[in-house]
Amino acid sequence: MDLKLDHRTEDRLTIVEVEGEIDVYTAPRLRELLIDLVNKGNFHLLVNMEKVDFLDSTGLGVLVGGLKRVRAHDGSLELVCTQERILKIFRITGLTKVFGIYASVDEAKEAHGKDK
Amino acid sequence: MATVELTFSALPAHVRTARLVATAIARRTGVEESLLDEVRLAVGEACSRAVEAHRAHCPGEPIRIELKDDSGRFEVTVSDQAPSDEIKQEQPLDLGMLSDSFMSGFGIAVIAGLADDVEVFPSPKGMRIRMSWPAATNGHLR
Repeated sequence: MDLKLDHRTEDRLTIVEVEGEIDVYTAPRLRELLIDLVNKGNFHLLVNMEKVDFLDSTGLGVLVGGLKRVRAHDGSLELVCTQERILKIFRITGLTKVFGIYASVDEAKEAHGKDK
Repeated sequence: MATVELTFSALPAHVRTARLVATAIARRTGVEESLLDEVRLAVGEACSRAVEAHRAHCPGEPIRIELKDDSGRFEVTVSDQAPSDEIKQEQPLDLGMLSDSFMSGFGIAVIAGLADDVEVFPSPKGMRIRMSWPAATNGHLR
């Protein structure tokens, strides 16, 4: 399956919807989108991974790159993910300590609202 | 001992094909369904690493995968021809040190976390990553 990307902004939070496989072939498209969003002043990003079928370390690298970019603007990049097979790669790499990971978009929005 | 071999040019688009082939053969060999995601991810990591290495050093050379049903184990070996005489040591996670393309050393760490048994053989003539998982002795790769 290819990668489908979409995004919308609610309040000050930009929600990036990702569907499909994030690997060495498709990850550059996600990287471009994250860079574009940051360049346009969107510094609080929420990446919804609930429809991601596959994620490898290239995809992790793109997410880490996005996090570095938003943090340079005192922003945030958090994730929505409940799929065990995707969460496993975050645990193996220790990135669960780096990203805020939520069970739903609503839960992440609520947490983001409290932080404002 | 039955073997399937696959060679592909160093293009990111082919990594998905390699993952699909490896997963299909793992299933046919009798690897448990619960392990197939790990096989898919580990083989994908090994192939991604090889593709990146070839693109940097020898883009015209093919990457080779060998899939074996070996005495109740499903064994995958990914071989590249890019020089790799050193592997970066694992370091504590520091966001400042990580870049978008930090996957090289990280990929191997992911494989080590996924495969039941992993050996990495770096050399100036290329790297070979061998990994294996338990398979049913009555697998069908024969």
